[in-house]
Amino acid sequence: MNILFHIGRYFWLLRKIFARPEKHKMYVRQLFYEIEALGIDSIGIVVMISLFIGGILTIQLAYNLVNPLYPTYLIGLGTRDTLILEFSSTMLGLIMAGKIGSNITSEIGSMKVTEQIDSLEIMGVNSASYLILPKIIAVVFIFPFLVVLSIFFGLLGGLLVGPAVGVVSVNEYLDGIRYLFVPYYVTFSLIKSLFFGFLVSSVPAYFGYFVQGGALEVGKASTRAVVNTNILILLFDLILTRMLLT
Amino acid sequence: MIELKNVTKVFEGKPAVVNVSTTFLEGRTNLIIGRSGSGKTVLLKCILGLHDVDSGQVLYDGRNLTDMKSEERKLLRRELGMVFQGGALFDSLTVEQNVRFPLDMFTTMSAREKLDRVNFCLEHVNITDANRLFPSEISGGMQKRVAIARAIALNPKYLFCDEPNSGLDPETATLIDELIQTLTREFQMTTIINTHDMNSVIEIGESVLFLHNGEKCWEGSKHTILNSGNPILEDFIFANKLYAQMKKAQDRPSS
Repeated sequence: MNILFHIGRYFWLLRKIFARPEKHKMYVRQLFYEIEALGIDSIGIVVMISLFIGGILTIQLAYNLVNPLYPTYLIGLGTRDTLILEFSSTMLGLIMAGKIGSNITSEIGSMKVTEQIDSLEIMGVNSASYLILPKIIAVVFIFPFLVVLSIFFGLLGGLLVGPAVGVVSVNEYLDGIRYLFVPYYVTFSLIKSLFFGFLVSSVPAYFGYFVQGGALEVGKASTRAVVNTNILILLFDLILTRMLLT
Repeated sequence: MIELKNVTKVFEGKPAVVNVSTTFLEGRTNLIIGRSGSGKTVLLKCILGLHDVDSGQVLYDGRNLTDMKSEERKLLRRELGMVFQGGALFDSLTVEQNVRFPLDMFTTMSAREKLDRVNFCLEHVNITDANRLFPSEISGGMQKRVAIARAIALNPKYLFCDEPNSGLDPETATLIDELIQTLTREFQMTTIINTHDMNSVIEIGESVLFLHNGEKCWEGSKHTILNSGNPILEDFIFANKLYAQMKKAQDRPSS
């Protein structure tokens, strides 16, 4: 019953979020702010994590491909496909649920407990729409760019680390990342990123918007938001993979 | 004019406000007083439409809030200004942006006109040279005054204040009370203040509604409250030793 209550209230909130805005200009201004706060400010961590993961994947693939019958360029191929199919969309989604998700829950939750949301409502502003819609649009818009960025820097990480530790040459690695390239994998990854972007912004917003109490409850809501977003990302990953890849 | 007719609000079987009927005087300072947990805030939120009443009517110039559709409520809310207990200023906006927010959202004023209006409101609450400061950079008293400036930015017909001087020192609390009363007169607003501060009652209580356990227990003004003859109200007022001594001095037969 509890889960049905939350699902029902989540969809009720979505309806409120996607209501007609009071003044488009204010929402557009807010949208640009959110793109910077939630998207642009995440580029650093995405680049950093992707570089390391690309390098680690290359070493691990090299460690597993010990059979001399396997060509070395498979290391590049494996790194590429792992990054495109899973890491740069799903893992990035999980990481962003921690970074962006907890940020959204704590921001909206703090506004709730300090009556700033009531204040918006009293003014006649649709608080859910004004606060959450720009965040959702910003994250859904920026997420595919972050995924592409992550794929690029992941591959770059492999290119830097693989030859540096001597498990693959530059030429073999570059051959590998071009070998049997399926462009649809990128499309698949970008489709997933749109869903994950929506989850990463809307689910934490839901937990923040309905928080009750004080600072302690806001902290607990942030944790719950991240955990639930992660579970939903994995669930949707499973569903989308089944629908789009098999 | 705001009129309440038999307003009742129940939370999980527990009545918070029971059958309250009253009329708030137009262009005056109306106070809702009572102990903590007496239902003051719930009643205020019912009047504002933040809580839906379980029964009864909240009438704004004869328009029943409880029957209004969402769009009608939105329009009505543009006639309301609200000062929350903690100020409820937007943390991410400066003082100027906070006061300008309702103007940005609901008017088509030019940037110059908005700035003039913001400065006009800030001057009325005696704040100068703080436009670029954030709420975290100003004192509690200043936050309350900025909240009042924001509340009057759209020239509202009704001003609501939830414990406007809680957490303030007595001098600043008196200043806030005087400010609210001055603004009420100057802008011809109907002001409703929720408080348990007896100093505010004596200072600005043109009309006073006393709640006890969610029910209307007494109604009058600052002129009649000290001699109400209502034992529950007297317990509330004279819990303050200063007022108890005043009462004792008043009752003492003159020699």
